[in-house]
Amino acid sequence: MKEKIHIPTMSELAANNQQAEVLFWVGCAGSFDDRAQKITKAIVKILHSAKVSFAILGQEETCTGDPAKRAGNEFLFQMQAFTNVQTLNAYGVKKIVTACPHCFNTLKNEYPALGGNYDVIHHTVFINQLLIEGKFSIKGGAFQGKKITYHDSCYLGRANGIYEAPRDLIEKLDAEFIEMKRCKSKGFCCGAGGAQLFKEAESGRSEVNQSRAKEAMNTGASIVAANCPFCTTMMRDGLKENDSSAQVKDIAELIAEANDL
Amino acid sequence: MFIWSQIIFILCFLLAIFFFVRNVGRIRKNISLGQDINRSDNKKARWKQMGRVALGQGKMTTRPIAGILHIVIYTGFILINIEVLEILLDGFFGTHRLFLPYLGQFYGVLIGFFEVLALLVFVACILFLTRRFVSKISRFHSAEMKGWPTKDASYILLIEIVLMVALITMNASDHILLHHFNPPISSRISVLFANLSSADLALIERTAWWFHIVGIFAFLNYLPFSKHFHIIMAFPNTWYASLESSGKIGHMESIDNEVKMMFAPEQANPNIAPPESFGAKDVNNLAWTSIMGAYACTECGRCTDSCPQNQTGKKLSPRKIMMDVRDRAEELGTFQRQNPEKENDGKSLHDYISQEELMACNTCNACVEACPVLINPLEIIVEMRRFKIMEASQAPSEWNGMFSNIENNGAPWQFSPADRDQWTKDLEE
Repeated sequence: MKEKIHIPTMSELAANNQQAEVLFWVGCAGSFDDRAQKITKAIVKILHSAKVSFAILGQEETCTGDPAKRAGNEFLFQMQAFTNVQTLNAYGVKKIVTACPHCFNTLKNEYPALGGNYDVIHHTVFINQLLIEGKFSIKGGAFQGKKITYHDSCYLGRANGIYEAPRDLIEKLDAEFIEMKRCKSKGFCCGAGGAQLFKEAESGRSEVNQSRAKEAMNTGASIVAANCPFCTTMMRDGLKENDSSAQVKDIAELIAEANDL
Repeated sequence: MFIWSQIIFILCFLLAIFFFVRNVGRIRKNISLGQDINRSDNKKARWKQMGRVALGQGKMTTRPIAGILHIVIYTGFILINIEVLEILLDGFFGTHRLFLPYLGQFYGVLIGFFEVLALLVFVACILFLTRRFVSKISRFHSAEMKGWPTKDASYILLIEIVLMVALITMNASDHILLHHFNPPISSRISVLFANLSSADLALIERTAWWFHIVGIFAFLNYLPFSKHFHIIMAFPNTWYASLESSGKIGHMESIDNEVKMMFAPEQANPNIAPPESFGAKDVNNLAWTSIMGAYACTECGRCTDSCPQNQTGKKLSPRKIMMDVRDRAEELGTFQRQNPEKENDGKSLHDYISQEELMACNTCNACVEACPVLINPLEIIVEMRRFKIMEASQAPSEWNGMFSNIENNGAPWQFSPADRDQWTKDLEE
């Protein structure tokens, strides 16, 4: 059994007159979805191992409102935003690390106009910063000889122009890295965004995640690296339906695995 | 006789300008059907953006073949206008090759340069036609391209070919008549005219001259009825395009106050009336920049070609969204001009764009990224979704479930908020 990690909540710290440097925003998928919980735990292990002072909101966290907003329900979005901004401001939160690019985009780009101004960082960028600052290092070896491809999520990539930090992290794994044909700003959606995850797709020739999964399979990679819990789900399903044995892993999971965390 | 040709020319010129300005005014009115938004901040960054994307064709070469061919035609269009300026001045003053005596040897170099450009434009247009009709590149043959859009595209390319042929023919005959300059392309073609008398040559030269300049006047007046209007609208559209990260979807200020009324009445402004309606039912509910985008669209289809939903065979096509906005703006604008006492013809943008199309969007920004002139179809889709959801209550039932989960459980799924931190147990025990 590995080391026990205690994950403090903001309210717990506040009760002891303490504050964390970083709020880890887990997100709904990372909190409730079995598959995404593994990503959450990997991020926690990395933060813990790099001795980052962090806390979560715990039961005080609620949906950022991203799926509601993108579905067109601005009213519900602003209700969520109002509640979250009040909570975050009450704790004096300054820096937020998110596990999900949708939460990241909403907190970073859409909350400022509603009174929420924070330094918001996606976990891949944050882990890369930890590396650069020498607070953390990645052990190569575990993935030697393996082929990894990377799926750019729309909300980290095109929406926020973050293409390099995740790739820098993958490079450190000592695996063979191979790009898909449509990558970076031309990356092809997994099919989940815009609240599509929450409804049946319209009828067409094929499904978006199938199309993307096939593209990933064409690289011959045995691991598809991702940065988003929704992409992870969509790509996993797409690969499964195409009888591929390739695995989808969040970059945080790959790093935790490499470091045997 | 001499004076008559000048009068006819000036008349043609004035008519061309008159009708062009009138039609641009029509489009301007249609664009201003949209809602006011302020996109005039940070002017320095805006000039830079326009310089890079429109003037500098900064996004064209992400698709290298179309990009390079386009830059050839664009450069040709801009620079050959210097020769058109001479033609205009000749027309006004009844002169012939006004710049020749002033420029001497350099005149030949200049005309030679224009001729090379004209030849390149000619070749590029042929290649564009080939791509469209022989290689049958799929994005030129999707549903929204049937009929007028495909004809429009062919007319533009054919007109450009004809104009270039007229320009070269004019120079070829004049080369024999004048002997003052030695144009590289037309001097080779003038071999065809070697046996003609001076009178015949002069007739060919004059015919080609008139055909070329009247053709330009006519083409100018074709623009406001064509996708080719993008050559003008690309500039304001890139200037006014959002400077913010494309992930940001603007919030609705009208809702701010409503939410504050519910949660924190002390922060709310009691003088603000509740919004009359939510989202976009029609083009006049869109931001004016969205309608301008529709007029800047040249239907190249890069957006549709990169749309994940379209590429997997769904009905959604960002290009069609832009074409529909333009067509509806034209329809509503015309109706309002003909019926000044009425506001609406009883139709709406939703008669053009279906629920099926709107609900399919992944908000992935691929269309926004793909557009070479910074048009944003996503803003329109979101505004129309807002109408569907908040005004017309036409959400797919699964979305209604998702909404109520968020509202009641703080997550899009039906989990208890008390279980949100259950995952920590595995690490703590």
